[in-house]
Amino acid sequence: MSRGGWLARWPVIRQLKGQDGRSDAARSARTDALRPRTEAADKVARSICPYCAVGCGQLVYVKDGRVTQIEGDPDSPISRGRLCPKGSASKQLVTHPGRQTQVLYRRPYGTAWERLDLDTAMDMIAERVVRTRRETWQQTHDGMVVRRTLGIAGLGGATLDDEENYLMKKLYTALGAIQVENQARI
Amino acid sequence: MAECHPVGFQWVVEAKERGARVFHVDPRFTRTSALADRHLPIRAGSDIVLLGALINHVLEGGLDFREYVLAYTNAATLVSEDFRDTEDLDGLFSGFDPETRSYDPRSWAYEGTGDQPTGEHVEGGLHHTLAAGPDRYGAGGAAAHPRPRTDPTLTHPRCVYQILKRHFARYTPELVERLCGISRADFADLAEAITANSGRERTTAWVYSVGWTQHTVGAQYIRTASILQLLLGNMGRPGGGILALRGHASIQGSTDIPTLFNILPGYLAMPNAHRHRDLGQYLELEGGDTGFWGHRSSYLVSLLKAWWGDAATEANDYCFGYLPRLTGDHSHYTTVMGQIDGTVKGYFVIGENPAVGSSGGRAQRLGLANLDWLVVRDMTLVETATFWQDGPELATGEQRTEDIGTEVFFLPAASHVEKEGTFTNTQRLLQWREKALDPPGDCRSDLWFYYHLGKLIRQRLTGDETDRPLRDLTWDYPEHGEHREPSAAAVLREINGVGPDGRALSSSTQLRPDGSTRCGCWIYCGVYADEVNHAARRRPGREQTHVAPEWGWAWPANRRILYNRASADPEGRPWSERKAYVWWDAELGEWTGLDVPDFERTKPPDYRPPDAARAEAALSGTDPFIMQSDGKGWLYVPAGLADGPLPAHYEPHESPIRNPLYGRQANPARRTYDRPESPYNPPESPRFPYVLTTYRLTEHHTAGAMSRPLAYLAELQPELFCEVSPRLAAELGLANGGWATIVTTRAVLEARVLVTARVRPLRVQGRVIHQVGLPYHWGWGGGGLVTGDVTNDLLPLVLDPNVYIQEGKAMTCDVRPGRRPRGRAALDLLEMYRRDSSAS
Repeated sequence: MSRGGWLARWPVIRQLKGQDGRSDAARSARTDALRPRTEAADKVARSICPYCAVGCGQLVYVKDGRVTQIEGDPDSPISRGRLCPKGSASKQLVTHPGRQTQVLYRRPYGTAWERLDLDTAMDMIAERVVRTRRETWQQTHDGMVVRRTLGIAGLGGATLDDEENYLMKKLYTALGAIQVENQARI
Repeated sequence: MAECHPVGFQWVVEAKERGARVFHVDPRFTRTSALADRHLPIRAGSDIVLLGALINHVLEGGLDFREYVLAYTNAATLVSEDFRDTEDLDGLFSGFDPETRSYDPRSWAYEGTGDQPTGEHVEGGLHHTLAAGPDRYGAGGAAAHPRPRTDPTLTHPRCVYQILKRHFARYTPELVERLCGISRADFADLAEAITANSGRERTTAWVYSVGWTQHTVGAQYIRTASILQLLLGNMGRPGGGILALRGHASIQGSTDIPTLFNILPGYLAMPNAHRHRDLGQYLELEGGDTGFWGHRSSYLVSLLKAWWGDAATEANDYCFGYLPRLTGDHSHYTTVMGQIDGTVKGYFVIGENPAVGSSGGRAQRLGLANLDWLVVRDMTLVETATFWQDGPELATGEQRTEDIGTEVFFLPAASHVEKEGTFTNTQRLLQWREKALDPPGDCRSDLWFYYHLGKLIRQRLTGDETDRPLRDLTWDYPEHGEHREPSAAAVLREINGVGPDGRALSSSTQLRPDGSTRCGCWIYCGVYADEVNHAARRRPGREQTHVAPEWGWAWPANRRILYNRASADPEGRPWSERKAYVWWDAELGEWTGLDVPDFERTKPPDYRPPDAARAEAALSGTDPFIMQSDGKGWLYVPAGLADGPLPAHYEPHESPIRNPLYGRQANPARRTYDRPESPYNPPESPRFPYVLTTYRLTEHHTAGAMSRPLAYLAELQPELFCEVSPRLAAELGLANGGWATIVTTRAVLEARVLVTARVRPLRVQGRVIHQVGLPYHWGWGGGGLVTGDVTNDLLPLVLDPNVYIQEGKAMTCDVRPGRRPRGRAALDLLEMYRRDSSAS
C-alpha cells in the first residue's frame, strides 16, 4: 500500500499514474479490510462431497447456525483440496431457497398438496405399513415357506449413509419386504 | 472420467505427466479425450469386440505374462468334455434352454467335478441345474472344485488357455474395424501400448463406469476386461486393476450394506425358497468350503445375532427362518410391473427419482399412479412426488389427477452436512462426515426416519407369529438432541460387530459360527476396532505414504488394493523393485509392505494345503484370489454366470446392424418384459436408424434433483440437448441451437440441437452409422430452475441376465427436425412409429 492521503491511495489514481492495475494498484482500503467468510466461522465440520463416489474431502463452515461456505479439504489424499463444479456449488445444495422443509400430503384423488404435522405423518405411514403388511402377507408360495410381503417395496440408498442403508435393510427384512432396490442396479 | 469424476481424473493427468499413455474409448469426444493421448470413438454396444480382439492379440502373439498366468489363474485347468462353445453352436454355449431362455451350466464345469459326491455343493453338480442370476448367489458366486485337473504346459485342447484361444480367434483387428468403427492403426496402437505396459516392470489399468454396465451383456463386458487383465498380470498390483467409477456418494456402501433385493450385508445371498429350507441347507449350498467363503457360517450367524440378539439361538437356527425368501426376480423393473399389476401397494422412494432417473419413465409413472400409498423423502419436490400433479401423462391426456388414487407423503430430508455418518466411496473407503448443524424445519436424516418408523411399527404389533421378526428385532440405539436423532456411531459399531465380552471386534477373522459374536456386515468388521471410529481418521495425505492408510478406513481390514498377494511373484518377492507393494519377509516369517497384505499374514509362499483342509487353509501360499474356492483368477467361469462361461459379442437388443459373428443377434439369455408398457424397437429397423446413447454432464447429477435447483449449475447447463454430427445435421436439416425431436417406441421428446464434431459418424459393416447422444438430467419440475424433457423415457426395459441392469447405453432412435407434438398428437406420432416399425 502506497503512502499518502486518500486521494493518492485511490486505486484509479494509482493506476492512472502507471501502476499495474492487475496487481497492488487494484487494492483499496476496502479490499484490504475484506476477510474470507471462512475466518469468521464459529465451526468447521469435516465432511465429504455428496455427489459422485470419488469421495472428495469438504470443509463445511458454519456461522450463527447457517452454512456460510463449503470448500475442498486440502488434507484429503484423494482430492487434495479440489472440488468439481458440483462439489464447489454444494453450499447452494444445502441453502437454496427451493429446498423443502415441510411435510406435504396428497390425499387419494386430491388435486393439491396439504400441510401435515411430521408426527402425524409418521403415525399415518406406520399405520399403512402395518396394515399393508397384514393384508399382503405371504406365509407360503407354491407350497414353500416364504414369510414375506410383496405389497411393500423400497427404492433408494446410494445417496444415503452406510448406517442409513443398514437400518433400512434391517427393518425391511424384519417386515418381510424383499423388493428393496437402489441406484446400484440402475 | 474428466466429465463425471473430475477430481479423480487429476491422478490420470498426473500419471500422464509421469509418462503414462492414456487412451479414451468413448462414442463421444469429451474433456477426457481432450487430455488423452488418443481418443478411440467406438460404436456404443460393441466393446466386447474391441476387448476380445485385444485378448486375441495377446494370445496369438504369446504376449501374456506367463509366470503370473500359470501361478495365479485357471489357464491350465481342464474343462469338461461336455462343454460346447459359441464357435460350435453358432452363438450359444452348451446347456441353453430356448423355452426359458436360460442356461443349465452343468456342461461348463471343470473336468471330473460334475457329478461327484464331493462336488454336490459345486455348481455344475446334480443339485444345481438352475442357471445363475442375481437371485441365485451372493457375491461369493458359485464354487468350483478346489484342485481340478490341470495341464501346466497349456497345450491340452480342453485346458482353459486353449479354449480361450479358439473362442477369441475370430475377434480380429478387421472385425474391430467393421463392428466398432475403430481403424486398424488405432487398434494396433492400443494393442501395442497395453502389452508393452504389462509384465514385471509395468502395469495397465482399465477404468469404466456405466458405459460398460448398462448393456444386456454388461457383466460380460467386465468379464472380458478381467480376462485381459489376468492374462497381462494386471490384477492385485499397483497401477493395475479394473476400476469401477461409481456415480453416487455411497453407491458402494449401499451395495456392501445392500438396499438391494438379492443380498444381505457383506454379499451373503438372500435366502431363496427353492434352495434354502433352513440354515444348514443355506450354508451347504451358498458357496464352497474352501477359500474365505468357507467361513460363511460365521458371517451369517453373526449377522443374525446382530439383528435378533438373544432371540437368535442355536436351537432356532439363529432365527434364520425370520428371513423372507426370494422366489425369483424381485428387482427394480419387476417391482414396477408389480405396481402396474396392483400387487405392490406401498412404495418408499428415498433420495431417488425414478420418474426421471429410471429407464422407460412412463412405466415408472404408471406404477406410481397405481399405488395405494407412496412415501418420498428428498430435499426438493422431485418429479416422483409430483407425477400426479404435473406428469407427462397428464399432458397427453392418458391420466387425470382426479383419477389417480395414490396417497402421497412427502417428507423433507436432511442434507449431508446436517447429519453424521459414513459414505463408502468408489475405492471401498469409508469416510465419516461430521455434522455441521441441525436440519431445518421438518427435515430429518433417513436414519431418524427409519429408526422412528421402526419404533412406531413395533408399537403396533400383535402377538401374531408373523410379527415375531419385528418383536425380536434389536432396535434400540442411543438418541440425541431435541429431535431424538439415533446415534449413527452406535449403528456403525453394530455393523462392525462385538465379541462375547461386548467389546468391538477388530477383524472378521474373530467371527464365530456359534452365536458368540455379533456383526452387522462382516466385511466392515474392523472399522470400529478398539472402540475407535477409524472411518473418521484424518491424517493429512501429505504426512503419509501415497497409500495413505490413515485416512478413513477401507474394507476389508483397511486394505487399499484387493488381492495384493499377486503384487509379489509365487515365491513372495516383488515382481520388480519398481512395482514392489506387498511381499514375504522370510526372516520375520510374515507378509509385509506398503499396504495391509490381503493374505494370511504368516502363510508362507511354499505352503501347500493338506487334502482335508477347509476355508483359507485349503488355499496354497501362491493363491492370491482368496475369496475364490480355488484361489485362482478365473479366465473361464465354470459356473456362476447366467449367459455363458466366456464373453461373446452380441448386438444390443436394439441395434441397426446384424451380428456378423453368430446366428444369435442379441444375448440369448437377456431379460425382456413382453407387455404393452414395454415396447421395443425392432433390430435393424429402418424406422429407427440411429444409435442412441445417454450420458452425464459435469455440471449436473443424475436425475437432477441435486443440481437443477442450484443456480450456479442450472446456469452452466440450462437445457437438454442432443449431440449430432455435422453430417447427420445436414442430412436431417438440423440447425445448431434449433430443436430436434427424438423418437423411440417408448417416447417422443425434444431437445436443443448441438451440431458438433464430438460425435463422429462411424463406418460399420460397410455403411455409415450415426450416433446421437443425450444427457439425462432434466425433468419437468423437481424444484429445478431449468426444466426439460425426460431422456430416460426413451429407453427400453431390457436387462442383463446376471445383474438385471437395464440397457441404457446402446439403443436405436429416430431424429426429426423441430419441436415435438403436444398433447394427444404426441401419442399419435408414437403410434405411427410403432405401426411402421412392426410392419417393416
